[in-house]
Amino acid sequence: MSEISTSLPTSAVATPRRRPVKKAGLPSRGTMVALQIALLFAAFATWFALVKLKILPVFFFGDPVLVLQQIVDWVVTGEVFVHLATTLIETILGFLIGIAFGVAGGVWLGLSPLTAALLDPYIKAFNAMPRVVLGPIFIVWFGLGITSKVVLGVTLVFFVVFFNVFQGVREVSPVVLANARMLGANRSQLLRTVYIPSAMSWVFSSLHMSVGMAFVGAVIGEYLGSSRGIGYLILQAESTFDVNAVFAGILVLTVFALLLDTSVTLVERRLIVGRPT
Amino acid sequence: MIASLKRADNLATMAPAARKAEAALTFDHVTVRFDDYTAVADASITVGDGEFVSIVGPTGCGKSTLLNVAAGLLEPTAGDISVYGKSLEGLNRQAGYLFQADALMPWRTALSNVTAGLEYRRMAPKDAEELGRKWLARVGLNGHHERFPHQLSGGMRKRVALAQTLIMDPKIILMDEPFSALDVQTRVLMENELLALWMADKKSVMFITHDLEEAISLSDRVIILSAGPGTHPIAEFVIDLPRPRDVSEVRMTPRFVELHHHIWETMREEVLKAYERNQHKLAD
Ligand SMILES: Nc1ncnc2c1ncn2[C@@H]1O[C@H](COP(=O)(O)OP(=O)(O)O)[C@@H](O)[C@H]1O
Ligand SMILES: [Mg+2]
Repeated sequence: MSEISTSLPTSAVATPRRRPVKKAGLPSRGTMVALQIALLFAAFATWFALVKLKILPVFFFGDPVLVLQQIVDWVVTGEVFVHLATTLIETILGFLIGIAFGVAGGVWLGLSPLTAALLDPYIKAFNAMPRVVLGPIFIVWFGLGITSKVVLGVTLVFFVVFFNVFQGVREVSPVVLANARMLGANRSQLLRTVYIPSAMSWVFSSLHMSVGMAFVGAVIGEYLGSSRGIGYLILQAESTFDVNAVFAGILVLTVFALLLDTSVTLVERRLIVGRPT
Repeated sequence: MIASLKRADNLATMAPAARKAEAALTFDHVTVRFDDYTAVADASITVGDGEFVSIVGPTGCGKSTLLNVAAGLLEPTAGDISVYGKSLEGLNRQAGYLFQADALMPWRTALSNVTAGLEYRRMAPKDAEELGRKWLARVGLNGHHERFPHQLSGGMRKRVALAQTLIMDPKIILMDEPFSALDVQTRVLMENELLALWMADKKSVMFITHDLEEAISLSDRVIILSAGPGTHPIAEFVIDLPRPRDVSEVRMTPRFVELHHHIWETMREEVLKAYERNQHKLAD
Protein backbone atom coordinates (compact mmCIF):
# COMPACT_ATOMS: atom_id res chain seq x y z
CA MET A 1 0.00 0.00 0.00
CA SER A 2 2.88 2.38 0.52
CA GLU A 3 3.41 5.06 -2.07
CA ILE A 4 7.02 4.21 -2.56
CA SER A 5 6.67 0.57 -3.37
CA THR A 6 3.69 1.08 -5.65
CA SER A 7 5.14 3.97 -7.58
CA LEU A 8 8.08 1.89 -8.73
CA PRO A 9 6.28 0.00 -11.51
CA THR A 10 4.67 3.25 -12.69
CA SER A 11 8.01 4.88 -13.24
CA ALA A 12 9.21 1.75 -15.01
CA VAL A 13 6.27 2.04 -17.38
CA ALA A 14 6.61 5.74 -17.98
CA THR A 15 10.30 5.74 -18.83
CA PRO A 16 11.83 3.75 -21.64
CA ARG A 17 13.02 0.38 -20.47
CA ARG A 18 16.37 0.78 -18.90
CA ARG A 19 18.97 -1.82 -19.52
CA PRO A 20 20.42 -3.35 -16.42
CA VAL A 21 23.80 -1.97 -15.54
CA LYS A 22 26.48 -3.94 -17.35
CA LYS A 23 27.97 -6.53 -15.09
CA ALA A 24 31.71 -6.32 -14.69
CA GLY A 25 33.58 -8.96 -16.68
CA LEU A 26 30.79 -9.79 -19.14
CA PRO A 27 31.42 -8.87 -22.78
CA SER A 28 28.89 -6.79 -24.70
CA ARG A 29 25.82 -8.38 -26.24
CA GLY A 30 27.25 -8.35 -29.78
CA THR A 31 30.43 -10.09 -28.67
CA MET A 32 28.37 -12.63 -26.78
CA VAL A 33 26.28 -13.52 -29.84
CA ALA A 34 29.47 -13.83 -31.91
CA LEU A 35 30.91 -16.17 -29.28
CA GLN A 36 27.71 -18.22 -29.23
CA ILE A 37 27.81 -18.63 -33.01
CA ALA A 38 31.47 -19.54 -32.81
CA LEU A 39 30.58 -22.20 -30.25
CA LEU A 40 28.02 -23.66 -32.66
CA PHE A 41 30.63 -23.81 -35.43
CA ALA A 42 33.11 -25.38 -33.08
CA ALA A 43 30.61 -28.08 -32.18
CA PHE A 44 29.99 -28.83 -35.86
CA ALA A 45 33.71 -28.80 -36.58
CA THR A 46 34.40 -31.22 -33.73
CA TRP A 47 31.63 -33.47 -34.94
CA PHE A 48 33.05 -33.30 -38.47
CA ALA A 49 36.60 -33.99 -37.31
CA LEU A 50 35.63 -36.91 -35.06
CA VAL A 51 33.73 -38.56 -37.89
CA LYS A 52 36.39 -37.88 -40.53
CA LEU A 53 39.16 -39.19 -38.26
CA LYS A 54 36.98 -42.31 -37.78
CA ILE A 55 36.97 -41.84 -34.02
CA LEU A 56 33.17 -41.95 -34.30
CA PRO A 57 31.58 -44.39 -36.74
CA VAL A 58 29.90 -42.40 -39.50
CA PHE A 59 27.15 -45.01 -39.78
CA PHE A 60 25.79 -44.07 -36.35
CA PHE A 61 26.81 -40.46 -36.09
CA GLY A 62 26.34 -39.22 -39.64
CA ASP A 63 28.30 -36.58 -41.49
CA PRO A 64 27.49 -32.98 -40.59
CA VAL A 65 28.08 -31.83 -44.15
CA LEU A 66 25.60 -34.36 -45.47
CA VAL A 67 23.17 -33.46 -42.69
CA LEU A 68 23.23 -29.81 -43.74
CA GLN A 69 23.03 -30.90 -47.37
CA GLN A 70 19.90 -32.87 -46.51
CA ILE A 71 18.30 -29.83 -44.85
CA VAL A 72 19.12 -27.64 -47.86
CA ASP A 73 17.64 -30.31 -50.14
CA TRP A 74 14.43 -30.40 -48.12
CA VAL A 75 14.09 -26.66 -48.25
CA VAL A 76 15.00 -26.33 -51.94
CA THR A 77 12.62 -29.06 -53.04
CA GLY A 78 10.02 -27.67 -50.67
CA GLU A 79 9.48 -31.14 -49.29
CA VAL A 80 9.94 -30.05 -45.68
CA PHE A 81 7.20 -27.43 -45.70
CA VAL A 82 4.25 -29.77 -45.84
CA HIS A 83 5.71 -31.56 -42.82
CA LEU A 84 6.36 -28.33 -40.96
CA ALA A 85 2.84 -27.15 -41.68
CA THR A 86 1.36 -30.42 -40.45
CA THR A 87 3.28 -30.36 -37.18
CA LEU A 88 2.47 -26.68 -36.72
CA ILE A 89 -1.25 -27.25 -37.21
CA GLU A 90 -1.24 -30.20 -34.82
CA THR A 91 0.63 -28.17 -32.23
CA ILE A 92 -1.66 -25.16 -32.49
CA LEU A 93 -4.83 -27.24 -32.36
CA GLY A 94 -3.58 -29.31 -29.42
CA PHE A 95 -2.58 -26.13 -27.66
CA LEU A 96 -5.86 -24.24 -28.18
CA ILE A 97 -8.17 -27.15 -27.45
CA GLY A 98 -6.06 -28.16 -24.45
CA ILE A 99 -6.31 -24.63 -23.07
CA ALA A 100 -10.06 -24.48 -23.63
CA PHE A 101 -10.64 -27.76 -21.80
CA GLY A 102 -8.09 -26.89 -19.13
CA VAL A 103 -9.74 -23.55 -18.38
CA ALA A 104 -13.22 -25.05 -18.38
CA GLY A 105 -12.20 -27.95 -16.13
CA GLY A 106 -10.12 -25.76 -13.82
CA VAL A 107 -12.87 -23.19 -13.35
CA TRP A 108 -15.50 -25.85 -12.84
CA LEU A 109 -13.60 -27.82 -10.22
CA GLY A 110 -12.20 -24.66 -8.66
CA LEU A 111 -15.75 -23.49 -8.02
CA SER A 112 -17.19 -26.79 -6.81
CA PRO A 113 -15.08 -28.16 -3.99
CA LEU A 114 -17.34 -31.20 -3.72
CA THR A 115 -16.67 -32.35 -7.28
CA ALA A 116 -13.01 -31.50 -6.86
CA ALA A 117 -12.78 -33.68 -3.75
CA LEU A 118 -14.65 -36.50 -5.50
CA LEU A 119 -12.45 -36.49 -8.60
CA ASP A 120 -9.22 -35.79 -6.76
CA PRO A 121 -7.67 -39.30 -6.82
CA TYR A 122 -8.55 -39.77 -10.50
CA ILE A 123 -7.06 -36.46 -11.52
CA LYS A 124 -3.92 -37.29 -9.58
CA ALA A 125 -3.73 -40.71 -11.23
CA PHE A 126 -4.21 -39.29 -14.71
CA ASN A 127 -1.61 -36.66 -14.11
CA ALA A 128 0.90 -39.15 -12.69
CA MET A 129 0.46 -41.48 -15.66
CA PRO A 130 2.96 -40.84 -18.48
CA ARG A 131 0.25 -39.90 -20.92
CA VAL A 132 2.46 -40.52 -23.90
CA VAL A 133 1.57 -44.21 -23.49
CA LEU A 134 -1.93 -43.27 -24.61
CA GLY A 135 -0.49 -42.42 -28.04
CA PRO A 136 -0.91 -45.91 -29.57
CA ILE A 137 -4.50 -46.09 -28.31
CA PHE A 138 -5.30 -42.69 -29.82
CA ILE A 139 -3.85 -43.86 -33.12
CA VAL A 140 -6.07 -46.92 -33.02
CA TRP A 141 -9.07 -44.76 -32.16
CA PHE A 142 -8.46 -41.74 -34.35
CA GLY A 143 -6.29 -43.08 -37.16
CA LEU A 144 -3.03 -41.92 -38.67
CA GLY A 145 -4.29 -38.43 -39.49
CA ILE A 146 -3.79 -35.31 -37.40
CA THR A 147 -6.65 -36.06 -34.99
CA SER A 148 -4.69 -38.60 -32.96
CA LYS A 149 -1.77 -36.16 -32.59
CA VAL A 150 -4.04 -33.31 -31.56
CA VAL A 151 -5.76 -35.50 -28.97
CA LEU A 152 -2.41 -36.56 -27.53
CA GLY A 153 -1.34 -32.90 -27.37
CA VAL A 154 -4.62 -31.99 -25.71
CA THR A 155 -4.17 -34.56 -22.94
CA LEU A 156 -0.70 -33.17 -22.29
CA VAL A 157 -1.67 -29.48 -22.38
CA PHE A 158 -4.87 -30.02 -20.44
CA PHE A 159 -3.23 -30.92 -17.15
CA VAL A 160 -0.73 -28.08 -17.24
CA VAL A 161 -3.53 -25.56 -17.77
CA PHE A 162 -6.01 -27.34 -15.56
CA PHE A 163 -3.82 -27.28 -12.46
CA ASN A 164 -2.88 -23.66 -12.99
CA VAL A 165 -6.47 -22.53 -13.49
CA PHE A 166 -7.71 -24.64 -10.59
CA GLN A 167 -5.16 -22.96 -8.37
CA GLY A 168 -5.95 -19.55 -9.86
CA VAL A 169 -9.67 -19.86 -9.20
CA ARG A 170 -9.10 -20.95 -5.62
CA GLU A 171 -6.74 -18.08 -5.01
CA VAL A 172 -8.83 -15.27 -6.44
CA SER A 173 -8.37 -12.30 -4.14
CA PRO A 174 -11.24 -12.40 -1.64
CA VAL A 175 -11.35 -8.60 -1.59
CA VAL A 176 -11.69 -8.34 -5.37
CA LEU A 177 -14.42 -10.94 -5.19
CA ALA A 178 -16.27 -9.21 -2.34
CA ASN A 179 -15.96 -5.90 -4.20
CA ALA A 180 -17.48 -7.34 -7.37
CA ARG A 181 -20.32 -8.84 -5.34
CA MET A 182 -20.98 -5.51 -3.62
CA LEU A 183 -21.07 -3.88 -7.05
CA GLY A 184 -23.92 -6.22 -7.87
CA ALA A 185 -22.32 -9.06 -9.84
CA ASN A 186 -24.39 -12.22 -9.99
CA ARG A 187 -22.88 -15.70 -10.25
CA SER A 188 -22.35 -15.77 -13.99
CA GLN A 189 -21.02 -12.21 -13.98
CA LEU A 190 -18.57 -13.13 -11.25
CA LEU A 191 -17.45 -16.07 -13.37
CA ARG A 192 -17.00 -13.93 -16.45
CA THR A 193 -15.44 -10.85 -14.90
CA VAL A 194 -13.52 -12.21 -11.92
CA TYR A 195 -12.84 -15.94 -11.93
CA ILE A 196 -11.97 -16.41 -15.60
CA PRO A 197 -9.76 -13.32 -16.01
CA SER A 198 -8.00 -14.22 -12.80
CA ALA A 199 -7.51 -17.78 -14.04
CA MET A 200 -6.28 -16.49 -17.41
CA SER A 201 -3.34 -14.76 -15.81
CA TRP A 202 -2.33 -18.18 -14.52
CA VAL A 203 -2.75 -19.62 -18.00
CA PHE A 204 -0.39 -16.96 -19.34
CA SER A 205 2.20 -17.94 -16.80
CA SER A 206 2.18 -21.47 -18.21
CA LEU A 207 2.02 -20.53 -21.89
CA HIS A 208 5.52 -21.73 -22.75
CA MET A 209 5.02 -25.04 -21.07
CA SER A 210 1.64 -25.56 -22.75
CA VAL A 211 3.00 -24.90 -26.22
CA GLY A 212 5.92 -27.20 -25.48
CA MET A 213 3.51 -29.93 -24.41
CA ALA A 214 1.38 -29.54 -27.53
CA PHE A 215 4.54 -29.80 -29.62
CA VAL A 216 5.70 -32.93 -27.81
CA GLY A 217 2.26 -34.47 -28.31
CA ALA A 218 2.35 -33.72 -32.02
CA VAL A 219 5.85 -35.09 -32.63
CA ILE A 220 5.42 -38.21 -30.47
CA GLY A 221 2.12 -38.86 -32.22
CA GLU A 222 3.86 -38.61 -35.58
CA TYR A 223 6.59 -40.92 -34.38
CA LEU A 224 4.06 -43.53 -33.39
CA GLY A 225 2.35 -43.55 -36.75
CA SER A 226 1.65 -40.92 -39.36
CA SER A 227 2.03 -40.01 -42.98
CA ARG A 228 3.11 -36.40 -42.52
CA GLY A 229 4.93 -34.13 -40.10
CA ILE A 230 8.48 -33.69 -38.90
CA GLY A 231 8.17 -36.70 -36.63
CA TYR A 232 7.21 -38.70 -39.70
CA LEU A 233 10.24 -37.37 -41.58
CA ILE A 234 12.51 -38.68 -38.84
CA LEU A 235 10.62 -41.94 -38.55
CA GLN A 236 10.97 -42.53 -42.27
CA ALA A 237 14.69 -41.78 -42.26
CA GLU A 238 15.16 -44.12 -39.34
CA SER A 239 13.46 -46.98 -41.13
CA THR A 240 15.92 -46.64 -44.04
CA PHE A 241 18.90 -46.26 -41.68
CA ASP A 242 19.55 -42.82 -43.13
CA VAL A 243 21.21 -41.39 -40.06
CA ASN A 244 21.99 -38.08 -41.78
CA ALA A 245 18.32 -37.48 -42.44
CA VAL A 246 17.50 -38.38 -38.84
CA PHE A 247 19.92 -35.73 -37.59
CA ALA A 248 18.62 -33.29 -40.17
CA GLY A 249 15.10 -33.92 -38.89
CA ILE A 250 16.20 -33.37 -35.31
CA LEU A 251 17.86 -30.07 -36.25
CA VAL A 252 14.75 -28.88 -38.09
CA LEU A 253 12.70 -29.90 -35.06
CA THR A 254 14.94 -27.90 -32.73
CA VAL A 255 14.84 -24.78 -34.86
CA PHE A 256 11.08 -25.13 -35.14
CA ALA A 257 10.73 -25.43 -31.36
CA LEU A 258 12.90 -22.36 -30.89
CA LEU A 259 10.79 -20.34 -33.32
CA LEU A 260 7.63 -21.53 -31.60
CA ASP A 261 8.95 -20.48 -28.22
CA THR A 262 10.02 -17.09 -29.55
CA SER A 263 6.60 -16.45 -31.04
CA VAL A 264 5.00 -17.36 -27.70
CA THR A 265 7.24 -14.78 -26.06
CA LEU A 266 6.08 -12.19 -28.60
CA VAL A 267 2.40 -13.04 -28.09
CA GLU A 268 2.93 -12.99 -24.35
CA ARG A 269 4.40 -9.50 -24.47
CA ARG A 270 1.38 -8.24 -26.34
CA LEU A 271 -1.14 -9.93 -24.06
CA ILE A 272 0.53 -9.32 -20.76
CA VAL A 273 0.78 -5.57 -21.21
CA GLY A 274 -1.35 -4.17 -18.44
CA ARG A 275 -1.42 -7.35 -16.45
CA PRO A 276 0.59 -7.72 -13.32
CA THR A 277 2.77 -10.76 -13.48
CA MET B 1 -37.82 -12.99 -6.36
CA ILE B 2 -39.92 -13.43 -3.29
CA ALA B 3 -37.65 -11.15 -1.30
CA SER B 4 -37.91 -8.34 -3.82
CA LEU B 5 -41.68 -8.65 -3.95
CA LYS B 6 -41.83 -8.40 -0.21
CA ARG B 7 -39.67 -5.31 -0.21
CA ALA B 8 -41.83 -3.57 -2.80
CA ASP B 9 -44.86 -4.44 -0.73
CA ASN B 10 -43.34 -2.96 2.38
CA LEU B 11 -42.44 0.28 0.69
CA ALA B 12 -45.91 0.69 -0.72
CA THR B 13 -47.68 0.14 2.57
CA MET B 14 -45.31 2.17 4.69
CA ALA B 15 -46.14 5.78 5.36
CA PRO B 16 -43.55 8.16 3.91
CA ALA B 17 -42.97 9.74 7.31
CA ALA B 18 -42.28 6.39 8.93
CA ARG B 19 -39.81 5.53 6.19
CA LYS B 20 -37.97 8.76 6.67
CA ALA B 21 -37.52 8.14 10.36
CA GLU B 22 -36.10 4.66 9.78
CA ALA B 23 -32.36 4.47 10.46
CA ALA B 24 -30.19 3.46 7.51
CA LEU B 25 -28.21 0.98 9.59
CA THR B 26 -28.99 -0.48 12.99
CA PHE B 27 -26.53 -2.78 14.74
CA ASP B 28 -28.53 -4.44 17.47
CA HIS B 29 -26.27 -6.07 20.08
CA VAL B 30 -23.97 -7.46 17.42
CA THR B 31 -21.28 -9.96 18.42
CA VAL B 32 -18.74 -11.39 15.99
CA ARG B 33 -16.55 -14.31 16.96
CA PHE B 34 -13.75 -15.75 14.83
CA ASP B 35 -13.08 -19.26 16.12
CA ASP B 36 -12.15 -18.51 19.73
CA TYR B 37 -11.44 -14.80 19.25
CA THR B 38 -14.29 -12.41 19.96
CA ALA B 39 -13.62 -9.41 17.74
CA VAL B 40 -16.82 -7.48 18.41
CA ALA B 41 -18.98 -7.94 21.49
CA ASP B 42 -22.47 -6.62 22.01
CA ALA B 43 -22.11 -3.57 19.79
CA SER B 44 -25.15 -1.39 19.17
CA ILE B 45 -24.74 1.38 16.63
CA THR B 46 -27.16 3.31 14.47
CA VAL B 47 -26.52 5.34 11.38
CA GLY B 48 -29.50 7.56 10.69
CA ASP B 49 -30.96 8.18 7.25
CA GLY B 50 -28.77 10.82 5.63
CA GLU B 51 -26.38 10.89 8.55
CA PHE B 52 -22.60 10.94 8.33
CA VAL B 53 -21.20 8.77 11.11
CA SER B 54 -17.53 8.12 11.72
CA ILE B 55 -16.22 5.16 13.66
CA VAL B 56 -12.87 5.68 15.33
CA GLY B 57 -10.89 3.02 17.10
CA PRO B 58 -7.39 1.63 17.52
CA THR B 59 -5.92 -0.58 14.81
CA GLY B 60 -7.13 -4.16 14.92
CA CYS B 61 -10.08 -3.44 17.16
CA GLY B 62 -12.73 -4.63 14.73
CA LYS B 63 -13.70 -1.65 12.61
CA SER B 64 -13.49 -3.52 9.31
CA THR B 65 -15.38 -6.38 10.90
CA LEU B 66 -18.27 -4.07 11.76
CA LEU B 67 -18.33 -2.73 8.21
CA ASN B 68 -18.37 -6.25 6.79
CA VAL B 69 -21.40 -6.96 8.94
CA ALA B 70 -23.11 -3.83 7.60
CA ALA B 71 -22.32 -4.92 4.03
CA GLY B 72 -23.81 -8.34 4.63
CA LEU B 73 -20.49 -10.00 3.83
CA LEU B 74 -20.19 -11.31 7.37
CA GLU B 75 -23.03 -12.68 9.44
CA PRO B 76 -22.88 -11.71 13.10
CA THR B 77 -22.44 -14.56 15.57
CA ALA B 78 -25.15 -13.01 17.69
CA GLY B 79 -27.38 -9.95 17.40
CA ASP B 80 -28.96 -8.44 14.35
CA ILE B 81 -28.19 -5.89 11.67
CA SER B 82 -31.04 -4.11 9.94
CA VAL B 83 -31.13 -1.80 6.95
CA TYR B 84 -33.92 0.76 6.86
CA GLY B 85 -35.73 -1.25 9.49
CA LYS B 86 -35.47 -4.57 7.67
CA SER B 87 -33.31 -7.31 9.10
CA LEU B 88 -30.47 -7.87 6.63
CA GLU B 89 -30.28 -11.20 4.83
CA GLY B 90 -27.46 -11.78 2.38
CA LEU B 91 -25.68 -8.83 0.82
CA ASN B 92 -26.71 -5.29 1.59
CA ARG B 93 -27.98 -4.22 -1.84
CA GLN B 94 -28.45 -0.62 -0.81
CA ALA B 95 -24.86 -0.12 0.20
CA GLY B 96 -21.67 0.73 -1.63
CA TYR B 97 -18.49 -0.47 0.03
CA LEU B 98 -15.09 1.13 -0.32
CA PHE B 99 -12.70 -1.54 0.94
CA GLN B 100 -9.63 -0.87 3.00
CA ALA B 101 -7.50 -3.23 0.89
CA ASP B 102 -6.95 -2.89 -2.86
CA ALA B 103 -10.12 -4.22 -4.47
CA LEU B 104 -9.74 -3.16 -8.11
CA MET B 105 -9.65 -5.84 -10.76
CA PRO B 106 -6.00 -5.89 -11.87
CA TRP B 107 -6.92 -7.03 -15.39
CA ARG B 108 -9.19 -4.06 -16.07
CA THR B 109 -8.28 -0.49 -16.92
CA ALA B 110 -9.23 2.35 -14.60
CA LEU B 111 -12.24 3.21 -16.75
CA SER B 112 -13.48 -0.32 -17.05
CA ASN B 113 -13.03 -0.82 -13.31
CA VAL B 114 -15.17 2.24 -12.67
CA THR B 115 -17.92 1.02 -14.98
CA ALA B 116 -17.89 -2.58 -13.69
CA GLY B 117 -20.96 -2.09 -11.51
CA LEU B 118 -22.89 -0.45 -14.34
CA GLU B 119 -21.98 -3.42 -16.51
CA TYR B 120 -23.39 -5.77 -13.87
CA ARG B 121 -26.50 -3.64 -13.93
CA ARG B 122 -26.57 -4.10 -17.72
CA MET B 123 -26.39 -0.43 -18.58
CA ALA B 124 -25.66 0.18 -22.26
CA PRO B 125 -21.86 0.21 -22.67
CA LYS B 126 -21.86 3.63 -24.31
CA ASP B 127 -23.79 5.26 -21.48
CA ALA B 128 -21.69 3.46 -18.89
CA GLU B 129 -18.50 4.68 -20.48
CA GLU B 130 -19.72 8.25 -20.59
CA LEU B 131 -20.68 8.16 -16.93
CA GLY B 132 -17.40 6.45 -16.10
CA ARG B 133 -15.40 9.23 -17.77
CA LYS B 134 -17.36 11.80 -15.82
CA TRP B 135 -16.57 10.04 -12.56
CA LEU B 136 -12.90 9.63 -13.33
CA ALA B 137 -12.73 13.35 -14.00
CA ARG B 138 -14.50 13.98 -10.75
CA VAL B 139 -11.89 12.10 -8.75
CA GLY B 140 -9.14 13.94 -10.64
CA LEU B 141 -8.01 11.13 -12.90
CA ASN B 142 -8.55 12.64 -16.32
CA GLY B 143 -6.15 11.10 -18.80
CA HIS B 144 -5.63 7.93 -16.82
CA HIS B 145 -8.58 6.03 -18.27
CA GLU B 146 -6.56 3.36 -19.99
CA ARG B 147 -4.10 2.77 -17.17
CA PHE B 148 -4.17 -0.53 -15.36
CA PRO B 149 -4.19 -0.54 -11.55
CA HIS B 150 -0.54 -1.55 -11.30
CA GLN B 151 0.34 1.50 -13.39
CA LEU B 152 -1.31 3.82 -10.85
CA SER B 153 -0.03 4.93 -7.47
CA GLY B 154 -1.76 3.74 -4.30
CA GLY B 155 -3.58 7.05 -3.98
CA MET B 156 -4.77 6.97 -7.58
CA ARG B 157 -6.04 3.42 -7.15
CA LYS B 158 -8.01 4.54 -4.11
CA ARG B 159 -9.61 7.29 -6.17
CA VAL B 160 -10.56 4.83 -8.90
CA ALA B 161 -12.12 2.64 -6.22
CA LEU B 162 -14.03 5.64 -4.89
CA ALA B 163 -15.43 6.40 -8.34
CA GLN B 164 -16.23 2.72 -8.81
CA THR B 165 -18.33 2.70 -5.64
CA LEU B 166 -20.01 6.07 -5.95
CA ILE B 167 -20.96 5.72 -9.62
CA MET B 168 -23.51 3.14 -8.44
CA ASP B 169 -25.28 5.88 -6.49
CA PRO B 170 -25.79 3.75 -3.36
CA LYS B 171 -28.07 5.03 -0.60
CA ILE B 172 -25.62 3.90 2.05
CA ILE B 173 -21.88 4.31 1.72
CA LEU B 174 -19.55 2.17 3.78
CA MET B 175 -15.99 3.44 3.78
CA ASP B 176 -13.03 1.73 5.39
CA GLU B 177 -10.16 4.16 6.00
CA PRO B 178 -10.54 5.36 2.41
CA PHE B 179 -8.17 8.30 2.48
CA SER B 180 -5.33 7.01 4.63
CA ALA B 181 -3.23 6.22 1.54
CA LEU B 182 -3.60 9.69 0.02
CA ASP B 183 -1.21 12.60 0.25
CA VAL B 184 -2.44 15.58 2.27
CA GLN B 185 -3.57 17.77 -0.65
CA THR B 186 -5.45 15.01 -2.46
CA ARG B 187 -6.89 13.92 0.81
CA VAL B 188 -8.43 17.31 1.56
CA LEU B 189 -9.70 17.48 -2.01
CA MET B 190 -11.35 14.09 -1.76
CA GLU B 191 -12.81 14.80 1.66
CA ASN B 192 -14.42 17.98 0.38
CA GLU B 193 -15.66 16.16 -2.70
CA LEU B 194 -17.16 13.46 -0.49
CA LEU B 195 -18.92 16.05 1.66
CA ALA B 196 -20.29 17.79 -1.43
CA LEU B 197 -21.64 14.51 -2.77
CA TRP B 198 -23.14 13.62 0.54
CA MET B 199 -24.77 17.05 0.91
CA ALA B 200 -26.15 16.90 -2.62
CA ASP B 201 -28.26 13.80 -2.09
CA LYS B 202 -28.07 13.03 1.59
CA LYS B 203 -26.55 9.62 1.54
CA SER B 204 -26.04 7.74 4.77
CA VAL B 205 -22.36 7.26 5.44
CA MET B 206 -20.57 4.93 7.82
CA PHE B 207 -16.99 6.09 7.74
CA ILE B 208 -14.14 4.20 9.37
CA THR B 209 -10.96 6.00 10.23
CA HIS B 210 -8.22 6.01 12.80
CA ASP B 211 -7.72 9.73 12.26
CA LEU B 212 -9.75 11.66 14.81
CA GLU B 213 -9.38 15.01 13.03
CA GLU B 214 -10.71 13.53 9.82
CA ALA B 215 -13.63 12.01 11.72
CA ILE B 216 -14.58 15.30 13.37
CA SER B 217 -14.24 17.44 10.29
CA LEU B 218 -16.47 15.18 8.19
CA SER B 219 -19.11 13.80 10.52
CA ASP B 220 -22.41 14.50 12.19
CA ARG B 221 -21.51 12.00 14.86
CA VAL B 222 -18.29 10.30 15.94
CA ILE B 223 -18.39 6.92 17.65
CA ILE B 224 -15.38 5.74 19.62
CA LEU B 225 -14.71 2.01 19.87
CA SER B 226 -12.95 0.27 22.70
CA ALA B 227 -9.78 -1.69 22.05
CA GLY B 228 -10.26 -5.37 21.17
CA PRO B 229 -11.00 -8.11 21.93
CA GLY B 230 -14.69 -7.72 22.50
CA THR B 231 -14.83 -4.33 20.84
CA HIS B 232 -17.91 -2.19 21.40
CA PRO B 233 -18.71 1.53 21.28
CA ILE B 234 -17.64 3.35 24.42
CA ALA B 235 -18.61 6.90 23.61
CA GLU B 236 -20.24 8.97 20.95
CA PHE B 237 -20.08 12.65 20.20
CA VAL B 238 -22.41 14.83 18.21
CA ILE B 239 -20.38 17.15 16.01
CA ASP B 240 -22.30 20.41 15.85
CA LEU B 241 -19.96 22.23 13.48
CA PRO B 242 -21.97 24.19 10.93
CA ARG B 243 -22.36 22.96 7.38
CA PRO B 244 -21.38 23.25 4.63
CA ARG B 245 -17.87 22.67 5.88
CA ASP B 246 -14.51 23.02 4.29
CA VAL B 247 -12.49 20.26 5.91
CA SER B 248 -9.25 22.22 6.03
CA GLU B 249 -10.83 25.45 7.29
CA VAL B 250 -13.07 23.85 9.87
CA ARG B 251 -10.02 22.48 11.64
CA MET B 252 -8.96 26.03 12.55
CA THR B 253 -12.20 26.88 14.35
CA PRO B 254 -12.26 27.03 18.17
CA ARG B 255 -15.23 24.67 18.36
CA PHE B 256 -13.27 22.05 16.41
CA VAL B 257 -10.31 22.34 18.76
CA GLU B 258 -12.61 22.06 21.72
CA LEU B 259 -14.33 18.94 20.36
CA HIS B 260 -11.02 17.41 19.42
CA HIS B 261 -9.63 17.95 22.88
CA HIS B 262 -12.72 16.55 24.53
CA ILE B 263 -12.85 13.40 22.38
CA TRP B 264 -9.13 12.83 22.60
CA GLU B 265 -9.30 12.75 26.39
CA THR B 266 -11.81 9.90 26.17
CA MET B 267 -9.83 8.09 23.55
CA ARG B 268 -6.52 8.35 25.30
CA GLU B 269 -7.64 6.04 28.07
CA GLU B 270 -8.59 3.42 25.50
CA VAL B 271 -5.35 3.80 23.61
CA LEU B 272 -3.40 3.42 26.83
CA LYS B 273 -5.42 0.36 27.75
CA ALA B 274 -4.66 -1.24 24.39
CA TYR B 275 -1.02 -0.29 24.68
CA GLU B 276 -0.69 -1.84 28.11
CA ARG B 277 -2.35 -5.01 26.92
CA ASN B 278 0.14 -5.23 24.07
CA GLN B 279 3.03 -4.70 26.45
CA HIS B 280 1.71 -7.58 28.52
CA LYS B 281 1.49 -9.76 25.46
CA LEU B 282 5.06 -8.91 24.54
CA ALA B 283 6.21 -9.62 28.08
CA ASP B 284 4.56 -13.06 28.15
N1 LIG C 1 -11.61 -13.69 9.08
C1 LIG C 1 -11.01 -13.55 10.27
N2 LIG C 1 -10.62 -14.63 10.97
C2 LIG C 1 -10.03 -14.51 12.18
N3 LIG C 1 -9.79 -13.34 12.78
C3 LIG C 1 -10.15 -12.22 12.15
C4 LIG C 1 -10.78 -12.26 10.85
N4 LIG C 1 -11.03 -10.98 10.46
C5 LIG C 1 -10.59 -10.20 11.46
N5 LIG C 1 -10.06 -10.92 12.47
C6 LIG C 1 -9.51 -10.39 13.72
O1 LIG C 1 -10.45 -9.53 14.28
C7 LIG C 1 -9.83 -8.38 14.78
C8 LIG C 1 -10.43 -7.14 14.17
O2 LIG C 1 -10.06 -7.06 12.80
P1 LIG C 1 -10.46 -5.82 11.89
O3 LIG C 1 -11.93 -5.67 11.92
O4 LIG C 1 -9.85 -6.03 10.56
O5 LIG C 1 -9.74 -4.62 12.64
P2 LIG C 1 -9.60 -3.09 12.19
O6 LIG C 1 -10.29 -2.90 10.90
O7 LIG C 1 -10.22 -2.30 13.31
O8 LIG C 1 -8.14 -2.79 12.10
C9 LIG C 1 -8.35 -8.52 14.53
O9 LIG C 1 -7.73 -8.96 15.72
C10 LIG C 1 -8.27 -9.58 13.48
O10 LIG C 1 -7.10 -10.34 13.64
MG1 LIG D 1 -9.52 -2.41 9.14
